[in-house]
Amino acid sequence: MTIVSDRSAPAGQAPAYRDTPALPAALEQADLWADAVVAGAGIPVHDAAFVSVGGGMGSFITVDYLRVAGGVPTSEIRVLSNITYPWQTYQYLAGVSQIPRTGRIRSDSSSRPDNLWGFPSYALQEAVRDATLKPLLQVFLEPVFADYYTPRLGMVLDSMAREANRIRYDDMLVRCEVLLTRRRVGGGYYALLAPAPGVPVNSDAVPAPLVAFRCRDIHIAPGYAGLKFLPDLQDFRQRYNFHHVVNAYEDHEHVYEALRLRPGTVLVRGAGVVASQVLERLIRDRLDGGSPTRIVHLFRTFVDGSHGPHAWSRRRGRHGFAYQGFNYPKSVWGGQLKSRVRRLENADRARAYEEIGGTTTPWRRGWQSHLAQGREAGWYRTQSGTIEELRMEDSAVVARLQVPEGELEVRADYMIDCTGLEGDVAEHRVLRDLLEHGGARRNPLGRMDVDRSFQLRGAASGDGRAYVTGAASYGGYFPGVDTFLGLQISAQEVVDDMARRGRCRHLGPLRSTAEWLKWVSGRTI
Amino acid sequence: MVPTLLGRVQTRLFLLLVVGGAVTAAVTPLLPAAGPLGARYQATYAVLVSVAVLGVGWELLYQLLMQWRWEKDWPTLFGLLTLVPEGLLVWAVAVRRVLPGLVGPVPTAAFAVHFVSVWLVVWLAANGPMRVPFVRWRFRGGRVL
Repeated sequence: MTIVSDRSAPAGQAPAYRDTPALPAALEQADLWADAVVAGAGIPVHDAAFVSVGGGMGSFITVDYLRVAGGVPTSEIRVLSNITYPWQTYQYLAGVSQIPRTGRIRSDSSSRPDNLWGFPSYALQEAVRDATLKPLLQVFLEPVFADYYTPRLGMVLDSMAREANRIRYDDMLVRCEVLLTRRRVGGGYYALLAPAPGVPVNSDAVPAPLVAFRCRDIHIAPGYAGLKFLPDLQDFRQRYNFHHVVNAYEDHEHVYEALRLRPGTVLVRGAGVVASQVLERLIRDRLDGGSPTRIVHLFRTFVDGSHGPHAWSRRRGRHGFAYQGFNYPKSVWGGQLKSRVRRLENADRARAYEEIGGTTTPWRRGWQSHLAQGREAGWYRTQSGTIEELRMEDSAVVARLQVPEGELEVRADYMIDCTGLEGDVAEHRVLRDLLEHGGARRNPLGRMDVDRSFQLRGAASGDGRAYVTGAASYGGYFPGVDTFLGLQISAQEVVDDMARRGRCRHLGPLRSTAEWLKWVSGRTI
Repeated sequence: MVPTLLGRVQTRLFLLLVVGGAVTAAVTPLLPAAGPLGARYQATYAVLVSVAVLGVGWELLYQLLMQWRWEKDWPTLFGLLTLVPEGLLVWAVAVRRVLPGLVGPVPTAAFAVHFVSVWLVVWLAANGPMRVPFVRWRFRGGRVL
């Protein structure tokens, strides 16, 4: 069995790449690259039928599908990535946003990135492993009489490691920094990359500063383009420091450590699941560790009841939060919402996204109880409003707020901003290049415009196709792209499309059952 | 699986036909009922068909009720508990002798054992094993075709 290497590499740390050499102008400016021009530039070229750019969860799930359902051998697939293992970034973001390995993530029992069938579910696996019926009972009673069952982070990561070994992920991984992709004269694509220092591509005798992969189909899943830093936060950091005002998706352990040493006040901004996790960490430090931290929680939109235009479109809410079990309403992943959005175009689709949009967090009994304690004792209070200005004053962060009643100033020792992972796709080098040179365009929500099979519109190249999945394809015919199950649905669409194009095998009922049995027995493929 | 209306109906018909049919074939000889085996099979399959046919109406009602749920989902628990109203309706139809294919009286115990065993196995199949051969089923709202 192949062991995927370097899983001990710290989560989230990409290797340092040398300065990338300049590209010859003939290649830099050309929308299509001819083989002779690439060879003339002295760039070594390697071939693979399918290349996935990204190497995170999107690449892993797509490649898993291609290996299992499509029956494509590892020799025909290459994953170009600057991270060592696919869940490295995910694990980092989960960790800093306060989900320990034993913590439960916001994902359904059957959303298994390591298993095409979602069966056995995480709940069933946990029940068997721990010899307890509790997880199954929870699934049985959810969501009416129990919180949604959600798996522990550690179990999810371990299961992905097992699957990565099973499909021999490491045999397909090329450690590098992808600079750009271009269509090839005659069909297919080039992906240009700078190899990771000291890691030759395909055992090249002489390490080259630039290497190209030539492929027929290319898949691009770079994840979120970046963190969302609101202007007030950026302004504060330019004027003062990076210490007192932090984004929840950055490592901000120093805030909790400082609050353990002396009493303080924290301003938390945001109403999503990350805000809930940060609040839970602060409250646990108080209840279990004795840190007498006071919390001021700022909501831009304060939700104080069920909300929605009519009785058939009403979401629960209270105490500022809008409640929803998962990132999207459950019917996004297969029910009527998925079916409806698939048929919508342009403005109608954008409107549907708006209807289901908004920041939400799950209603969990434990969290509710802790917040209620805080409200009652007075150490947790909420405020509706937006920040007009952030400044330092006598070692305190002072936030000038615009609130419904006028203006208000809040003094705190720290501010934790939980406003999310978002960024313009053009901030990502490869995506920007696709928009400028690859024929790609934006969808009604500003991300990459893909069709129902996740083919990047306008970017076809001869008999080759470019596919984009994950957060970059948000706004398309399927809304839940940036979730485990969403990535699996996208992967299924991609692989089914490739099967229709004769590039891989179609997964029918018999072979599906046979592949599932291999998964159950852990057989390497 | 989060259903669409078409998916609900297709899943019900498919699972009752394949899984329900197999369970019926297995349990009918064991039911506490008198009469020749052929007549018993005729009765149990008549009940099975009625669950499928009446069920299309039930699915319309469930789909309507589901519209009040933000998630537009149908929790696992609901899928099991609906055996109560559905079982009572089929039972009422059966004892009034208006069920096509039924020729004699239907013993309560035999009906209950058959109905509940079919329901339980179909419910269990829909909550996991169905996804093994039909890997696209759950993403298509339960559509088999």
